[in-house]
Amino acid sequence: MSRQSMVCAFNGILYRELLRFVYQRSRFFSALVRPLVWLIVFAAGFRAALGISIIEPYDTYITYEVYIAPGLVAMVLLFNAMQSSLSMVYDREMGSMRVLLMSPLPRGYLLVCKLLASAIVALPQVYGFLLVAWFFEVQPPWAGYLWVLPALILVAVLLGALGLFISSFIRQLENFAGVMNFVIFPTFFMSSALYPLWKMQEASEILYLLCSYNPFSYCVELIRHALYGRLNEEALLVVSGCTLVFSILAVIIFNPQRGFGKGGR
Amino acid sequence: MKKSVQAIALSSSLLLTAGMAQGATAYVSNEKDNTLSLIDLESLEVVDTIEVGQRPRGIIFNKDYSLLYICASDDDTVQIMDVATHTIIDELPSGEDPEQFSLHPDDRKLYISNEDDALVTVVDTQTKTVIAQIDVGVEPEGMAVSPDGSLAINTSETTSMLHWIDTSSHELIHNTRVDQRPRHVEFNKDGSTLWASSEIGGTVAVIDVASKEILKKLSFKIRGIHPDKIQPVGVKLTDDDKYAFVALGPANHVAVVDASTYEVLDYLLVGRRVWHMTFNADQSILLTTNGMSSDVSVIDVDDLKVTKSIKVGRYPWGVVVKP
Repeated sequence: MSRQSMVCAFNGILYRELLRFVYQRSRFFSALVRPLVWLIVFAAGFRAALGISIIEPYDTYITYEVYIAPGLVAMVLLFNAMQSSLSMVYDREMGSMRVLLMSPLPRGYLLVCKLLASAIVALPQVYGFLLVAWFFEVQPPWAGYLWVLPALILVAVLLGALGLFISSFIRQLENFAGVMNFVIFPTFFMSSALYPLWKMQEASEILYLLCSYNPFSYCVELIRHALYGRLNEEALLVVSGCTLVFSILAVIIFNPQRGFGKGGR
Repeated sequence: MKKSVQAIALSSSLLLTAGMAQGATAYVSNEKDNTLSLIDLESLEVVDTIEVGQRPRGIIFNKDYSLLYICASDDDTVQIMDVATHTIIDELPSGEDPEQFSLHPDDRKLYISNEDDALVTVVDTQTKTVIAQIDVGVEPEGMAVSPDGSLAINTSETTSMLHWIDTSSHELIHNTRVDQRPRHVEFNKDGSTLWASSEIGGTVAVIDVASKEILKKLSFKIRGIHPDKIQPVGVKLTDDDKYAFVALGPANHVAVVDASTYEVLDYLLVGRRVWHMTFNADQSILLTTNGMSSDVSVIDVDDLKVTKSIKVGRYPWGVVVKP
């Protein structure tokens, strides 16, 4: 397989993801509004809830807005990944996935391209959110915006792989609410996105254990540390490992026939 | 061989000590631990902890930074520490329960609030004798001497007054009524205005020293924090009269005030129950003591941002900087 055809395939997939994103203006709008509502409305009531103990990577006391911002960045990536994986179900139903998979390139490569394209599409959403958040006193050091870039891509690919994996089990284009209730909400709430894990531990040991085994917690911590110019090695290890495992699983389990009438089992 | 190793170790430790002595150091009195924490202002880390008398609160250097006066409140004395050796070399007769004090620009007279006796005690630090005792209101607390040395101001918490003392005659010459529980007073650099915080009243009064009239009363409001928790204590003014910083106690914030327009510019989140503050020599940073969270927050004065909070001993109270 020539390198040229590989690049061409990646460009095609990326172009299609971007087109979809550009044409769905409401998607960008909601991707921006959703975390901002959390930041401005939800966090306002909890302003004084934190600020008791200083946790890594912060050097001093922080407002709740500053605490949840990395979690909200991860939320943007999570929604983007889930939307992208749902588009996969749609592509399968409409048959455009068949056209794509007819190319002689290996299926695994095409799927990785799809994950990377989806990750790239997520970046303007994240930076758009961080830009607005800056005016709400979420002001990490300037270098942090650069440091966080590789973390964002890695986390986006992991969540995309997870979405792809889940989409393999979705028979038809279903209501987004199903994924929302059973995937997005538990993933988001049972993590360190909204509260530090020591707070969870104070409330319930079981909840704490669930949160500390949730890979999403590590995604949040990787982003949080990177945003402040620190490397959380444990988080990097867990996120990289999970990315590898879920990508392999997604490629193995992916069945373009599923949901396309007779192929679905 | 052994001797040469010892010599190297000794010389390197001397070098280290000399290096440490060169940099600016903050001295923090820890009320509950009966210690002072020393923070190196380069690395912003605690480099030493020194045992002192019981319940150390107010601390102040003499002019050449060779001596540190420490109010050891529960020992009813003011201790004198030799800064070079970090040893207590003497004590001053301070009256009962000394809490805050102020050193006269003559580097000799120390004005001490005696909380339990409703007195201000004036001590000569050279002869170590009491020069005068002045009756003031109930529970005297804050103490400041004007930059020209002509006035000493004391606040009495229960009487809610500022007492103006003529330092030449040691007579009470005037009283100014302020809001409930005045805790701290601070002159600006040229001594034209006096800033007095009222803890329960939740205000800071700015007073014109010449006319002794209140020019402005500042109040504070922080989103998400109950007004009862806003209890101003420490006040610090920059030498250029640009900013006034007000420590808001259990509100866990320091208010930044434009010292010319009296407008509150910002509230900076620090540790719990912030009381007293001090600048470093060039006033680029401000240090705050946060009693309940046992730490000291560092505020960048140019950026008006809190850059770090450093763990010290339990219940840090006073802080001073040796350049």
